[in-house]
Amino acid sequence: MKVGIVTFPGSNREVDASLAAQAVGAEVVTLWHKDHDLQGADVIILPGGFSYGDYLRAGAIARFSPIMQEVVEHAKRGGPVLGICNGFQILCEAHLLPGALLRNASLRFASQWVTLRVENADTLFTSAYEAGQLIRVPVAHGDGRFTADADTITALEEAGQVVFRYVDRQGNPLPAANPNGSLNDIAGIVNDRGNVLGLMPHPEDAVDPLLGSTDGLGLFESLLSRVAA
Amino acid sequence: MTRFRVAVHIVPRKGVLDPQGKAVSDALHALGFSAVHETRVGRHLVLDLDAADRSAAESSVRGMCDKLLANPVTEDYEIAGVTTP
Repeated sequence: MKVGIVTFPGSNREVDASLAAQAVGAEVVTLWHKDHDLQGADVIILPGGFSYGDYLRAGAIARFSPIMQEVVEHAKRGGPVLGICNGFQILCEAHLLPGALLRNASLRFASQWVTLRVENADTLFTSAYEAGQLIRVPVAHGDGRFTADADTITALEEAGQVVFRYVDRQGNPLPAANPNGSLNDIAGIVNDRGNVLGLMPHPEDAVDPLLGSTDGLGLFESLLSRVAA
Repeated sequence: MTRFRVAVHIVPRKGVLDPQGKAVSDALHALGFSAVHETRVGRHLVLDLDAADRSAAESSVRGMCDKLLANPVTEDYEIAGVTTP
């Protein structure tokens, strides 16, 4: 599996994403926002950070980068795309995922460990997990409050497109367990076709015991097992 | 072509939680401005551009709002004024 990791001006987790992909044995190719070629990557990762300084809205300007036109085409062909944190914001701005990510309800930057419940283990990105499994991963964002109109939220829930939800350590969704005020405690969603996933937490930063958790590895293992080597 | 200055207001859509607006309302109430019912905090953009006439300038900026300046999922915009600088 060849993973293409896009770096925008202001990205800061592209190395973390590379290390996580390599940890499961993937080949990594780094892509620059001005590139027009995905260099044969099977999977695209849009990493975390603050592309273009979050100017205007998080992800709003990155969406129009030359490489994003290729990423959109890749997604339309059914190619897997994973957006983490700022990458999730970019995917929403690019309309590859519904909804938007707004300023945290607390108005505070959230930098903490959270517990997620895997709500759908039948996706390209989560097959190494079990439905209902609880995983520990960090979050680090100021604009992570997932918002969409009521019909969109209902449709996402009914179609199983809510993949990760913030819960407490016992697995209960509670306001105190939700770091940003996301509607329905949504932490990550997949598109209707199932090939584009966006999530605010950082699975790539939970891939080594030294980091405090290896629970994020499952996401990369899932991709590896489903995408031809 | 004439140079126009177009001002745009972009605010969070009604029904979308605006924690900044709520914090400002709370601060205003604490200061005694109890008549304030709601505050919505958004952005004000001022664009200088060349266009054939005022309506072309306005319609050009509307196109920019639809494509980039406002997020149709969460924000509303209105043209606040078109002047010649």
